[in-house]
Amino acid sequence: MTVTTASTSGDTLEPRPDLVTLTIDGVETSVPKGTLIIRAAEQLGVAVPRFCDHPLLDPVAACRMCLIEVEGMPKPQPACAVTCSDGMVVKTQMTSAVAGEAQRSVMEFLLINHPLDCPICDKGGECPLQNQAMTSGQGDTRFDGPKRTFPKPINLSAQVLLDRERCVSCARCTRFAEQIAGDPFIELLERGSQQQVGIADDVPFNSYYSGNTIQICPVGALTSAMYRFRSRPFDLASTPTACEHCASGCSLRTDSRRNAVMRRLAAVDPEVNEEWNCDKGRFAFRYLESDRRLTSPLVREGGELRPASWDEALVAAANGLKTADGKTGTVTGGRLMVEDAYAFSVFTRRVLGTNDIDFRPKGSSPEEEQFLAARVAGRGLGPTYADLEGAPAVLLVAFEPEDESPIVLLRLRKAAKAGTRVLAVAPAASRGLAKLDGTWIPSVPGSEATALQNLAPDVVDLFGQAGAVVLVGERAAASPGLLTAVGELCDRTGAALGWVPRRAGDRGALDAGLLPTLLPGGRPVADAAARVDTAAIWGAAEVPETAGRDLPTMLKAVEDREISALLMAGVQLDDLPDGAEAALRAAEFVVVLDTHDHAVVQFADVVFPVAAAPEKAGSFVNWEGRVRPSSQPLRTSLMTDARVLSVLGAEMGVAGLESDPVALMAQLEEFSGWEGARVSPPSVAGAPPDPGPGLLLATWRPLLEATHLQSGEPYLAATARAQEVWLSTGEARELGASEGDMITVTGASGSVTAPLVLAEVAAGAVVVTGNAHRALGASGVRVQVAVEGQG
Amino acid sequence: MPSFLDPIAGFGVTFTTMFRKVTTEEYPEERKPMMPRFHGRHVLNRYSDGLERCIGCELCAWACPADAIYVEGAANTDEERFSPGERYGRVYQINYLRCIFCGMCLEACPTRALTMSHEYELADNNRADLIFEKQDLLAPMSSGMVAPPHAMASGTTEQNYYAGEFDRPEDSAAPTGTAEESR
Ligand code: SF4
Ligand code: SF4
Ligand code: SF4
Ligand code: SF4
Ligand code: FES
Repeated sequence: MTVTTASTSGDTLEPRPDLVTLTIDGVETSVPKGTLIIRAAEQLGVAVPRFCDHPLLDPVAACRMCLIEVEGMPKPQPACAVTCSDGMVVKTQMTSAVAGEAQRSVMEFLLINHPLDCPICDKGGECPLQNQAMTSGQGDTRFDGPKRTFPKPINLSAQVLLDRERCVSCARCTRFAEQIAGDPFIELLERGSQQQVGIADDVPFNSYYSGNTIQICPVGALTSAMYRFRSRPFDLASTPTACEHCASGCSLRTDSRRNAVMRRLAAVDPEVNEEWNCDKGRFAFRYLESDRRLTSPLVREGGELRPASWDEALVAAANGLKTADGKTGTVTGGRLMVEDAYAFSVFTRRVLGTNDIDFRPKGSSPEEEQFLAARVAGRGLGPTYADLEGAPAVLLVAFEPEDESPIVLLRLRKAAKAGTRVLAVAPAASRGLAKLDGTWIPSVPGSEATALQNLAPDVVDLFGQAGAVVLVGERAAASPGLLTAVGELCDRTGAALGWVPRRAGDRGALDAGLLPTLLPGGRPVADAAARVDTAAIWGAAEVPETAGRDLPTMLKAVEDREISALLMAGVQLDDLPDGAEAALRAAEFVVVLDTHDHAVVQFADVVFPVAAAPEKAGSFVNWEGRVRPSSQPLRTSLMTDARVLSVLGAEMGVAGLESDPVALMAQLEEFSGWEGARVSPPSVAGAPPDPGPGLLLATWRPLLEATHLQSGEPYLAATARAQEVWLSTGEARELGASEGDMITVTGASGSVTAPLVLAEVAAGAVVVTGNAHRALGASGVRVQVAVEGQG
Repeated sequence: MPSFLDPIAGFGVTFTTMFRKVTTEEYPEERKPMMPRFHGRHVLNRYSDGLERCIGCELCAWACPADAIYVEGAANTDEERFSPGERYGRVYQINYLRCIFCGMCLEACPTRALTMSHEYELADNNRADLIFEKQDLLAPMSSGMVAPPHAMASGTTEQNYYAGEFDRPEDSAAPTGTAEESR
C-alpha cells in the first residue's frame, strides 16, 4: 500500500499560517508546509507513478519514476522528495510532455535489465512495475543486448528470498529494515546495473519484521518461501481479520483460496499497526491445517476417548457437570475471542453457578488479580499507540516489547526518534532497548519493585510530565510487590498505565470478567450493586456472590476434592502451573473445548471441537483496550465456543444463552462505563530474592518459538533466534568464559546450554533467551552457571 | 399451380434430394478429419527430453472466460524437477463441463505448453470424470523422452529451453489446432 494521504492535522478549512499554496496541473491547492509534491498531487487525485516512495519511510528519490516538471527548475524533479513551497507551479505527466517523457525514459531504463519473469513471478497480477509499465511506459523496448543476470533466487533468510534481477533498487526494503525495524541486516551494494540488495554471508535476515519488506517491495524481488508460487491475486478472496497471535492487535488481510489460507498481509490501520506487522502474525497460520485438528466430539469410554455424536457428547458433558453440582472450575486460554470469553463468563456464573474461573496462565498471583481488577479491567481505551508516540517518556517494566508485543516496539521506535525517552526496569539492557535508544535501570528478577521505589528523582520527574506512560508486561505478576509498586508510581506521578499481556485473548478475557473476583466490565463480585446490575443484564435471578478460586487454588481444590469437575478451553499443558497434571488426573470430570488434540485433551472426559480464530467472526481486544474486529475467512462446520456453551447450557437446563457474536458483543457493551465500586488496588510488599548460591535467572518467551500456534511453518521456525546466555563482563570473567563459549545453566528441573553473549546484565543475574522457562523455570529462580564441560 | 398438386410438390424436394451427395457421416464407424483449426481437448506439451512445458503460471486460468481451468504452481527443486526454471504446474485441471473451447487459454500460455487437439469425444455419465487432471492432459511420451522428474540437459539453463532448443519438430512445424496455424 502506498497511496496514503499525508496527515493534515486539524481543520484545513481555516487558512493557517503554515499552509503553502501551489498550483498542480493548473489547480491551485493549499497544503501544510513540508508536504511532498507527490502527496499534494494525491490529494488532488493525481497519481504520479512511483516505486521508492512510501509514506512511512524517509524519502530517497532512488527510483526516479516520479519525475515531474516544476516551473523554474532546470530539470524534472522527483515528486516524492521535493516539498511544496509557496507559489510553486507543478506539472505532472497529466499536463506536461516533459514529465511524461521523463517517466517513460525512466521506465525504459528500469526494464532494460528486468527479466521476463512475470509468468513465474509471485508479484505478477499485483505488480506496480507491471501496472506502471502499462500506464507510464512504452509498448516496446529499444534495447536488444543481453540482460544482466544474477543467480536466482538467493536466501536472505530461510523465509525471505531475493531475486536480484527483478529489483528496481528502490531501497524500500533496506529503509524499512533500518528506519522502522531497526534491523539493518540488508543494504544496497554496488553501483549502476550491478546495484543490488546485499547481506552479510554469515548473518541471515532474521528480523521479526522481515515479512514487511516482502509486502512493500514494489516488484517481485522479495518473496517468501512460504507463499512462493501458491496462488495468484485473482485466486484469492481477501478478508479483513485481526491477528490471533498477540496483544498488539494488528489488523491483517487474510487471503484465502478454496477455503485455505494462502497468505496474510498487514492491513493499513494507522491507529494500531500502521502498515506493518510481525512475521509471526504474517506466517503462522498453518496450524489450521494440522492433522491434530479436532473434528468431532470425543467421549471417554472404558478409559479411552472415542468419537461420539454431538448429542451423545452434550448429554455426557451435561450429566458430568450436573453431577459436580457447582463444584466446577473454568480455565481458559489465550486463544479465545472476546465474545467466546464472555460466553464462558456467563456460562460459569449462570449454568455452573460459581465464580471459579481464571484466564491466566501460570505465574499469576493474587496481587496480579487485584491489580488487573482494580486498574485495567473494563477501563476502556488507553493508553494507546498514539499516546506512546506523543509521550515525553515511557517506562517499560517486566516487558520486552520486541518479543512480547512487537508492534509496541515499532511504535516506541517511532516515538524515540521523535524524542520520547524510553526507560526500562529490566535485568539486562536488551537489543530491543538499544533499538529504542533507551535507558536501562538495572534490577535483578524479584527486586524490580525495589528498583521502582528507588527511582532517581529526575526519573520520577520524567513521569510527572503530562502524557508519560508506564507499560507493564504480564511477567510482572511473578515478581512480588512489583504490580503494587507500578500502580503506586502511576498514582504518585500521574503517568498513564498500560498492561501489555502477551496473548491476543487476554485483555478481552479480563474485560469479560474471567477472574474469580471480577464480573464483566470491571465489576467486582464482592459488590452487591455490581451483582444486581450483572444479573439484570443477563436476565438471571442472581449472580453467585462468593468469590471464586484462581487457577493455582482451583488445581489444589481439585486435589483436595473440593472441586470435582473442570471446564477447560484453549489451555495448553504448558500454560498450567507445574504439577497441574496431577490435578487433571485427580479431577473426576473434565470437559475440554479445543481446536487441536494436544496434551490437555488426554485428560478430558468429553471433548468438543471448536472453530479456530480464522474460522469465525468475532474480535480480540488488544493491550490498549481497543476492539479488533475480525471477519471470517474460512468456512467450517465447527461451532464457536459460545455456540457450544449455549447448547450445553440448554442441555443443563439454562436455555437461551446468547451465542451470536454480534449479540454477545452488544451485551458486553452494556457492561462498559461502570462507575460503581472497584476492587481495591493491591498492596503487597516486595520480597527481595532469597540469597543463595548461583545467579538469578531472567528469561522471557521469544516471539518465535515451537508453540502449537506456530506449528507447521518450518520457514518461519528457521528464522527464530538461537538461544543465548547473557552474562555481564564481570560475571563472565569470574567464570573464566569469553564471548561465544558454550555455557551450561542448570536449574532445579533441567539445564540449558547455549553460547555466551557478553551484555549489560544486572549484577547477580543471568539472562537465558529463548524457551528457557521450560527447562529452568520462570524468572527469579536460582540457577548454576558453568562453562560447558566444567563444573 | 392448382392447389390439389401442393402435397405432391412437397415430395419434389424429397425426390431431388435423393440424387444429391449424401452428407450423413457414418460416425462412429468412420471418423472424418477435423478442420485444422478445430478446437478439441487440450494437451499439455513436453519438451523433447520429456520435461513439461507448463510452468504453472495460471495465465490460462486467468484468461479462461468460463473459469474452467484450475492450476496450482509449485517450486522445482534440484532433486525433483518437472519443468525447466523455477516453477511448474503441480495441479492442473480442466473442467470440460465448463470449457467452451474458445482457445483463449492457448493464447495466454507463455510457453506454448497448452495446445488443443482434435479430440472431441468428451461425454460421460458423471461429472467427476469430465474434470481432466494433469496426467490426463499431458502429451504422451514419445521417443527420446524421459518421464520427469529429471534434471535439465547438462550444460543448459531454462533459457535454452525457452529459446526453442528443445522443441519437438512438430512444435515448430504446424502445431495441431492452435490459432497459430491459421496465419
Ligand atoms: S516484478 Fe513485476 S514486472 Fe517484474 S517479473 Fe515480477 S511481475 Fe513481472
Ligand atoms: S528488493 Fe524490492 S524493496 Fe528492496 S530495493 Fe529491490 S525492489 Fe526495492
Ligand atoms: S505483532 Fe502481534 S498482533 Fe501483530 S502480527 Fe505480530 S503477533 Fe500478530
Ligand atoms: S498451461 Fe501455460 S498458461 Fe497454463 S499454467 Fe501452464 S504455462 Fe501457464
Ligand atoms: S518514487 Fe520518487 S524517486 Fe522513487
